[in-house]
Amino acid sequence: MGFLALVFVNLRRHKLRALIGVAGIGFGVAAMLAILSIINGAIGMFERILAVDSHYLVFEKNVSDLFFSSVPDEKTAALRAMAGVESAEPLLFGLVTSGDRPIITCFGLEATNPRLARAKWSAGRREDFGKIADGIWLGARAAEFLDARAGRKIAIGKGEFTVAGIFSTENGFEDGGVFLPLKDAQAFFHREGVASVVAVRLRDQARGAAFKQAVEAANPGLIALENREFNQGYTQFRILHFTAWAVGLCAFLLGGLGVANTMLLSVFSRIREIAVLRVCGFSPGQVAGLIFGEAVVIAAAGVALGLVLGYAALFALQHAPLFNGYIQAIVKPGMLAGIVATALVTAVAGALWPARFAARIQPAEALRYE
Amino acid sequence: MSEPLITARDLRKGYDAGRVRVLDGVSLEVRAGEMVALWGASGSGKSTLLHLLGGLDVPDAGELTVCGLDPRNEAHRLALRRRHLGFVFQLHNLIPDLTVEENLRVPALANGTPAAETRARLRELAEAVGLAHRLEHRIQDISGGERQRTAICRALMNSPRLLLADEPTGSLDEMTGDTVFALLRQLGQTRGITVVLATHERRFAEQCDRRLRVRSGRLEAA
Repeated sequence: MGFLALVFVNLRRHKLRALIGVAGIGFGVAAMLAILSIINGAIGMFERILAVDSHYLVFEKNVSDLFFSSVPDEKTAALRAMAGVESAEPLLFGLVTSGDRPIITCFGLEATNPRLARAKWSAGRREDFGKIADGIWLGARAAEFLDARAGRKIAIGKGEFTVAGIFSTENGFEDGGVFLPLKDAQAFFHREGVASVVAVRLRDQARGAAFKQAVEAANPGLIALENREFNQGYTQFRILHFTAWAVGLCAFLLGGLGVANTMLLSVFSRIREIAVLRVCGFSPGQVAGLIFGEAVVIAAAGVALGLVLGYAALFALQHAPLFNGYIQAIVKPGMLAGIVATALVTAVAGALWPARFAARIQPAEALRYE
Repeated sequence: MSEPLITARDLRKGYDAGRVRVLDGVSLEVRAGEMVALWGASGSGKSTLLHLLGGLDVPDAGELTVCGLDPRNEAHRLALRRRHLGFVFQLHNLIPDLTVEENLRVPALANGTPAAETRARLRELAEAVGLAHRLEHRIQDISGGERQRTAICRALMNSPRLLLADEPTGSLDEMTGDTVFALLRQLGQTRGITVVLATHERRFAEQCDRRLRVRSGRLEAA
């Protein structure tokens, strides 16, 4: 029998108590895994909407949300005319309603936009984009939940449009959205002559810094951010990340309290036994090690349970018809390592006081304890 | 004459901020190989004196040396418990849910004794006290006498020079108590272990090399 065996014996002896601790950590891990992966996925989808075949995003400076950004058409034209620019694709975002769907994202874009070429068309033709009067193009999932087919009329907001094409992309947001030619979208949203953002592709990406400098110097109201820079700095993404970690940490806090409770009860219920270990030569450090060992085993079991629960929840959410495929979870190795580390730290922190208490048990006093 | 293994001078111990005085100036010397009985009624201070000798508690005043170490010092106390002495209690204080063998391994685990040495030692001790056939049994599955024999084995696992036994027969019936006492005496004699036994039973005290009467926190020759 080694030290670890003694740890397992103690846990086995109080199975229910240990299981409560495991469940606490497990739910924390599952909650954090599910929330962070879903948010990562959502951010990833949003990033891909913006960054299709582009290096830089140009939008209005100091706006709290890209939906409020306005880049005039003449600025788009100026960007296209800049030396070193291969393409500049304007994109206008708006929200529309249809039937019982209160929020559908609408994308206003030009026929040259590369996402149209990349899409898998199940109805209509890419070449006809923008050439059909009162035409609207739907993402595959939007067509599904709007019960729309090519050639049918659908009501969008106060207008009525003919479904001119249906296509699917790898992006859940786009698949659940509707698409209008840029000019039609500008008119529909009363935002004539502007786009929300312009995605710019350079001929030589290495010359990005010079491009950025030139754009910002010529247009004091605009900002040009490299995709990576945008993803790191965009306030909405940062808020989402922060919220995810905050919610996850709260879940862990509860898990940690569970472990603390488990370990405290474990220590209190065997004060006499710990005294006997001391009599047999266990040092205060060895006794504390025993308690920490139990906490780490609980955390490890909790992590395993949490990962199973978390992945199961993600699978269920991704396949739930209710969410129309908007959930595309992304599990990053760094995030996974962070969750595991947080679980272990939480469990060890929860065991700190019980371990300190156990290490300070005085044998003679404890042996009188009934 | 052998050297004193225990030297205590004017030991005092009280509880409740000194309001309850348990030991009131105890002095004694125990030589290597002796079997000494601390004999007295319940509450006379036998267990407290044994706890001080074993480094489980510290005296409020007085001088104490056990196996050349000062039990008032934390590091010395740990060294005493790990290498120099073994404890046997009235209630065996074994760890439930562990087998006899696992209980015997606990002191070796604390001490970091190599596995092979531990295995050999526990087999030898189990044979000596007639527990070899019980090694795989859990504590709750063996009799009271066997539990006490297990506790004695555990106390001897780290080959101590001194065995402190606090009413080791107190929870046993007469016959089993006799067996356990005989075992303690035999182990002390054959292995040269000094035994200090706290007991309220005169018949056991009279069989020891020396008996010291504990009365109202003081020690007197009996």
